[in-house]
Amino acid sequence: MTVAVVQFGGSNCDRDAVRALSNLGIDARRVWHEDGLPADASGIVLPGGFSYGDYLRAGAMAARSPIMAEVREAAADGAPVLGVCNGAQIGCESGLTDGAFTTNRSARFQCEHATLRVENADTPWTRAYDEGEVISLPIAHGEGRFEIAPDRYERLEAEDRILFRYCDADGEVTEAANPNGSTGNVAGVLGERDTVAVLMPHPERATLPDLRAGTDGQGILSGFRVAD
Amino acid sequence: MSLPDADHDLVAAELGREPTPAETALFENLWSEHCAYRSSRPLLSAFDSDGEQVVVGPGDDAAVVALPAIDGDRESDGARASDETYVTLGIESHNHPSYVDPFDGAATGVGGIVRDTLSMGAYPIALADSLYFGPFDREHSRYLFEGVVEGISHYGNCIGVPTVAGSVDFHEGYAGNPLVNVACVGLVTADRLVTAEAQGAGNKLVLVGNATGRDGLGGASFASEDLAEDAETEDRPAVQVGDPYAEKLLIEANEALLDEGLILAARDLGAAGLGGASSELVAKGGLGARIELDRVHQREPNMNAVEILLAESQERMCYEVRPGDVDRVAEIAERFDLGCSVVGEVTEGNYVCTFDGETVVDVPPEFLADGAPTNDLDAVEPGRPDRDLPDVDLAEAFEAVVGSPNAASKRWVYRQYDHEVGLRTAVPPGDDAAVMAVREAGGEGRGSGIGLAITSGSNPDWTSADPYEGARAVALENATNLAAKGATPLAAVDCLNGGNPEKPEVYGAFEAIVDGLADMCRSLETPVVGGNVSLYNDSASGPIPPTPTLAMVGTKAGYDAPPAALSGEGTLLLVGGAGGALGGSEYLAQVGGSDRFPTLPENPGEVVAALADAANQDATLAVHDVSRGGLAVTLAEMVTEAAGATVETEDAVALFDETPGRAVIETTDPDAVRERFDGIAPVVALGEATATGTLTIDVAGETLSYDAEAVADLRSVISRELE
Repeated sequence: MTVAVVQFGGSNCDRDAVRALSNLGIDARRVWHEDGLPADASGIVLPGGFSYGDYLRAGAMAARSPIMAEVREAAADGAPVLGVCNGAQIGCESGLTDGAFTTNRSARFQCEHATLRVENADTPWTRAYDEGEVISLPIAHGEGRFEIAPDRYERLEAEDRILFRYCDADGEVTEAANPNGSTGNVAGVLGERDTVAVLMPHPERATLPDLRAGTDGQGILSGFRVAD
Repeated sequence: MSLPDADHDLVAAELGREPTPAETALFENLWSEHCAYRSSRPLLSAFDSDGEQVVVGPGDDAAVVALPAIDGDRESDGARASDETYVTLGIESHNHPSYVDPFDGAATGVGGIVRDTLSMGAYPIALADSLYFGPFDREHSRYLFEGVVEGISHYGNCIGVPTVAGSVDFHEGYAGNPLVNVACVGLVTADRLVTAEAQGAGNKLVLVGNATGRDGLGGASFASEDLAEDAETEDRPAVQVGDPYAEKLLIEANEALLDEGLILAARDLGAAGLGGASSELVAKGGLGARIELDRVHQREPNMNAVEILLAESQERMCYEVRPGDVDRVAEIAERFDLGCSVVGEVTEGNYVCTFDGETVVDVPPEFLADGAPTNDLDAVEPGRPDRDLPDVDLAEAFEAVVGSPNAASKRWVYRQYDHEVGLRTAVPPGDDAAVMAVREAGGEGRGSGIGLAITSGSNPDWTSADPYEGARAVALENATNLAAKGATPLAAVDCLNGGNPEKPEVYGAFEAIVDGLADMCRSLETPVVGGNVSLYNDSASGPIPPTPTLAMVGTKAGYDAPPAALSGEGTLLLVGGAGGALGGSEYLAQVGGSDRFPTLPENPGEVVAALADAANQDATLAVHDVSRGGLAVTLAEMVTEAAGATVETEDAVALFDETPGRAVIETTDPDAVRERFDGIAPVVALGEATATGTLTIDVAGETLSYDAEAVADLRSVISRELE
């Protein structure tokens, strides 16, 4: 039983994801995309980075690689799947979750810390938090603005599939607290099942206690414990 | 540019015949100033590059330094374990390409220094960029600044190497010739270390990476002449275009090759392309090579021998591989979608290249690598200014200095760099130095690993005012940055940028910065283990200020470090002796006038060690060093909405003096700080930190007062102007 961290050409947070999960006592290893999912994969991380150099469109090429068919199948069977940053873009591009992540309002890459409000605490990824709790996670992206058609956005809301929204330190969801112009300040969403989630912020960067970035991301990665 | 007549005659005499066109081009590039250091080599012996921590010194792609033993994790006889962790350090300039094409020029600078790290067998863990542009209020400077930052951001972010340190300076002298100096820090264990020294005849030379095209032709010689006024249009073909996706694949392939022990020697392809990398690799091993240029994988049709030999297409590595391992190397390259060609083999003879069945190069490798004669140039020793200080309004001066683009917050820059990828960034950019967690070192179960502090920078106002003292100050300032975070210097690499050395006053100032940097590093007992020289940074608007960028790393036990921001609960001390002068200061740059350069401490090593200890004391709440803009800027940078300061200084000189080797310490135990500095350097009581978020400075009875918002507003000039 191991969490497969899928490494595409250009992935660059794959080692970090393995380190962060291992630090939480969750067995994880990197899997080169061409090798396919290992038989003992108990969960899947689509890590951050620039798969295929983000050429064409962020996540678009990786989403069409053969391993993603296996990931979709595993997700449909209930395996926990977490897409982070470029992995979130891949998740959207491959239909694991609704919506799309596109160029930041600033049109620049932004590496900073963001505060997020937990919108749904009744999922494997958020059960460590309370609904409405404010957590701090690093962001690092140039294309993190969540976009979705209004009717589908309403459906996400109605089905309680919005996981996190960017907010200020007091938990208020404001335009000023929206780092990239995301629709509804959305930072992360669930797929059809709550075992599938994508988010732009980096929980693995807020997991190791010896860095200043804090440990607010541990709860999200602990979503993989369910499968252990 | 072509091969100078004197060089041509020397080559013809050595070969006993006329050089072929390919040989002529090879000598032109490898004997250029950029590659052969013809004007600077006579000066570089000033640097001390020895030390028991030095594993590989100057001359390879990057230097290699052992981390200090913590609690006896090294054998008592000094022997190094095979799993001992080393740090690699490299720095290079990409100045002329960044002027012609700021995005690609800067991006490929990052790519080059990262490959220098790979070719030592190391994994890159951090980048530092020191950037120099013309005045910020000029549109052309902003265009270059934005393009360079975007290029570094694009390339560094894509390859997953965090950019954690650096500097940005604006100065009139860079208006026609910006500087982009890029440093890379890597980690390698002793058993994975490889060098650029070829191991034996019969081994194969394998080229892995991007296919070769016609880009970057003659880049080395382009970097070795003044920038022409029409360089932006005329020299564009000499600028390479980077592909960070390929570089990331190269990082992964390099790791896989090392995992299986397949690399005997490595050299990345940089200046002078395949010709440079392959000839230098075999020359270092006292060997030769036979290269079939037709075997190089190419992306353009009908390339000729000279183009294949010298193109500076990016993202390529040259490996020496055992004949029996060639197939496995090709498999690994294939796995990562990289091209791979066996281009030749190591021999005991000449450096020989064939093309289309004909021999196009046949030269003695050591003559090609080391035969370039050095230039004996005239130097005029720089003069030193006297004191002539204008009368100024104190508040206006404070606002001008704190609000100047040089002193301002660089958050606009480092926000565009992914500085946290890799999970090592314990102290992010925006502080005196970055601190990276090296958990591998210090031994398993032996505590909390080693914190590797990184800083890089220079100061064109200092080195313009007084090249020798200014360069000494640059070295001390970098060491002070490390000490402010509790680290002590381990080693440094330099990037020496100068104008046209054929001008005696330019060469004299260049000589002075070399000596100044070398002397201060020797005083600090910090070996200078490698570097880069970039001359001919000269344009129609004149030479650049002599610019000795230094990238220095230091170590500490653990990764925790005091912040620069005040907590609001302690007493404020200024440690270190002020030089009592304003030469080279931001203050003079803003208000005019002149002054001598401040006197630096006579015991800089002791001062740095004392500061590092004081920073690590339990009672220390915040530490920030004094540099650009003096105490005024230091205090402004320490204030937050939650914490302010009320302090006193004796006069304007004390407020704006930039003497390095000093820091403001917020502590709850001032006596402990005084005790550590006893007999080493003065400790002055400045005042108290407060919980108000207001900075109040009493200057000889005149009071300046700014709340956190006003300070932040002054400091935000770059983001305000560019967003």
